[in-house]
Amino acid sequence: MTILRFSKDLFKHITTGKRAYFIWLGVLAVVMLNALISYINQLTHGLIVTNMRDQVSWGFYIANFTFLVGVAAAAVILVIPSYVYHFKPIKEIVLFGEMVAVTAVLMCLLFVVVDLGKPLASWHLFVTPNFPSSILMWDVIVLNGYLILNSLAVIYVLYCAANGREYKMYIMWPLVLISIPWAFSIHTVTAFLYNGLSSRPFWNASIIAPRFIASAMCSGPALMILVFQIARKVSDIEVNDKAIFKIAELIAYAMGVNLFLYGAEIFKEFYSMSIHVAPLEYMFHGLKGHTLLVPFTWTALVFNLIAFVVLLSPGLRNRFLYLNIACVLVFIGVYIEKGMGFVIPGFVPDTLGEIYDYLPSYTEISVSAGIWAFGAFFYTLLLKTAIPIYKGELSFLSHNMRRNLKESH
Amino acid sequence: MNRRGFLKSAALGVGGILLPAKDSDASVWEAFFQKHFREMNDKEKKDVVARLEIEYMQKYKKRITVKSTPALPNVLYGYGLDLSRCIGCRRCVYACVTENNQSRKPQIHYITVLQFKQGEKWVSDLEEAKKYYNAEEVPEAGHFYMPVQCQQCERPPCVKVCPTQATWKEPDGIVVVDYNWCIGCRYCMAACPYGARKFNWGEPEIPLDEINTETHYLGNRPRLRGAVEKCTFCVQRVRENPGRYPACVEICPVGARKFGNLLDPNSEIRTLIETKRVFRLKEELNTQPKFYYFFSL
Ligand code: SF4
Ligand code: SF4
Repeated sequence: MTILRFSKDLFKHITTGKRAYFIWLGVLAVVMLNALISYINQLTHGLIVTNMRDQVSWGFYIANFTFLVGVAAAAVILVIPSYVYHFKPIKEIVLFGEMVAVTAVLMCLLFVVVDLGKPLASWHLFVTPNFPSSILMWDVIVLNGYLILNSLAVIYVLYCAANGREYKMYIMWPLVLISIPWAFSIHTVTAFLYNGLSSRPFWNASIIAPRFIASAMCSGPALMILVFQIARKVSDIEVNDKAIFKIAELIAYAMGVNLFLYGAEIFKEFYSMSIHVAPLEYMFHGLKGHTLLVPFTWTALVFNLIAFVVLLSPGLRNRFLYLNIACVLVFIGVYIEKGMGFVIPGFVPDTLGEIYDYLPSYTEISVSAGIWAFGAFFYTLLLKTAIPIYKGELSFLSHNMRRNLKESH
Repeated sequence: MNRRGFLKSAALGVGGILLPAKDSDASVWEAFFQKHFREMNDKEKKDVVARLEIEYMQKYKKRITVKSTPALPNVLYGYGLDLSRCIGCRRCVYACVTENNQSRKPQIHYITVLQFKQGEKWVSDLEEAKKYYNAEEVPEAGHFYMPVQCQQCERPPCVKVCPTQATWKEPDGIVVVDYNWCIGCRYCMAACPYGARKFNWGEPEIPLDEINTETHYLGNRPRLRGAVEKCTFCVQRVRENPGRYPACVEICPVGARKFGNLLDPNSEIRTLIETKRVFRLKEELNTQPKFYYFFSL
């Protein structure tokens, strides 16, 4: 009966809130609905409604996927300081970081599904998996594993909170210990997805996996800083400033590494000026009059540089205005760098030397927006559920027991 | 209800939302639950072929035969292309389209004929190549041509990366795709160094009177939207007994295209590999194509 009462309480809690809460959910629902319409259109006509073609066979969907794997992986940047170094301010919010990871992985899986030509055939993946040969199979495994690990951690912590007790470290430890290397693995495997293709020199560079990790440690935490601030404004969770500034500091270091690796790659290509420089030329100043990607590339680079400077200086990053601007810049910068700025140039020029200028179509944009809206929707509900449980307002215990417990504390 | 029946009705519930109602007859579900071609026994192959033939009959109002002839023993196909002869007329391109029932709208071509200006870079840097040249007369003075199609790699990256094993190398060296098994992830397209794999972005369309009714399951049978396809050295022709040349070899007006069994020391293909100046495209990638470019002059 407790479960029933709990569910009822939870339902009541989720369905009550300020007006802004419902407007927010409503807007997201509209975006999701619009995406659904676009997706149904894509299902009936095929991927021809996207702007992808044989020359550029992966586009905006896979770009978003790649970026979000990074966001998911970045949960470790909270997990390590909180569980391994017991940094208290972060320990209090690590749960919300893990929830970001869960949400991001779900979004990743959605992006892969909408990219499939025959989504209904995806069960074939499990009947004749090309394992260990296909890196895509590895990715399916590590991503789902990561989803399970983080979901378990979140559920366990909340379950304990709902029972009014502390979680047991001997249960948490194995989860944490596995999830740290696992977080690196999801992004490494995603990097290898591209990295292993000798047909595409732009991707076939050994620096790709480290670059992926470095940029993930920028974008994910930047998103979390923004989300935590919003969350503490609109709800009654406490997020210590110290935690936020610590994360900002970590982003600065990660961005330093990221820019360094990027520079190393640019040097190698432009100094040697081999035929493989073509994709980078396409990005930075256009190839044979095709300059579509140039503004994106420079925007990303300038944004990342400015953010790096701001986050590196304690005087600036400890002021919320600058910090937030920097986080937005990092987010956009890495979003371009890892998405459009990484996936597309791999295909340009194509293997027979053709240049096909790719920009996402309306369908691709609206479906992607829908998946982002789904992420926001899902995370909002997660917070709405987790916060009261975490604070002990929502629990398996009855009201009386809860009151007694409080008094005895 | 047995397991299959249960799965079917369960899927009907889910699929009913996703599929137009008119298609919800038994064969849609048989197609849905069809096994991987390589895991079928002879009886299952026969059933699937029979089902496909009925389906095609309904769709194209024509009797279309679907063969599933396996690879012939002691055969490894190889292809030769004489660069000193090719005039860039692209007859091969269109013969291929007709023979292999490629979609006309949207257009799919297995063969790309690249045009190069004499003296310009080529071989490893194809960026100077023109794919969409439009000449009154071929060959254009001061130009030469290099057709590219699936190289039937001995170590095919497309096969290595496919997550579902929907594409594989047959014993006779031909790399094939089970269109029904492909999920349309297009990883193989990213992996192929020769731009040889084509995706059905839209519903493939062929004028009814242009359909080639002699087809092979792994070759030129009508294709599915959302699946990848590619050149198969005309598997429906070369596995005949006696074997026929691929359509591109047959049509080439200047005899630039050669085809044969690499395991037969007396074959034309072996002779030319042993006596001509031969090269393979992007050799540094070690995909080991069984497609040899050579110069007869
Ligand atoms: S040329 Fe491309 S499609 Fe053909 S076998 Fe090689 S990798 Fe596969
Ligand atoms: S598109 Fe089809 S054949 Fe190509 S890798 Fe994906 S499942 Fe395999």
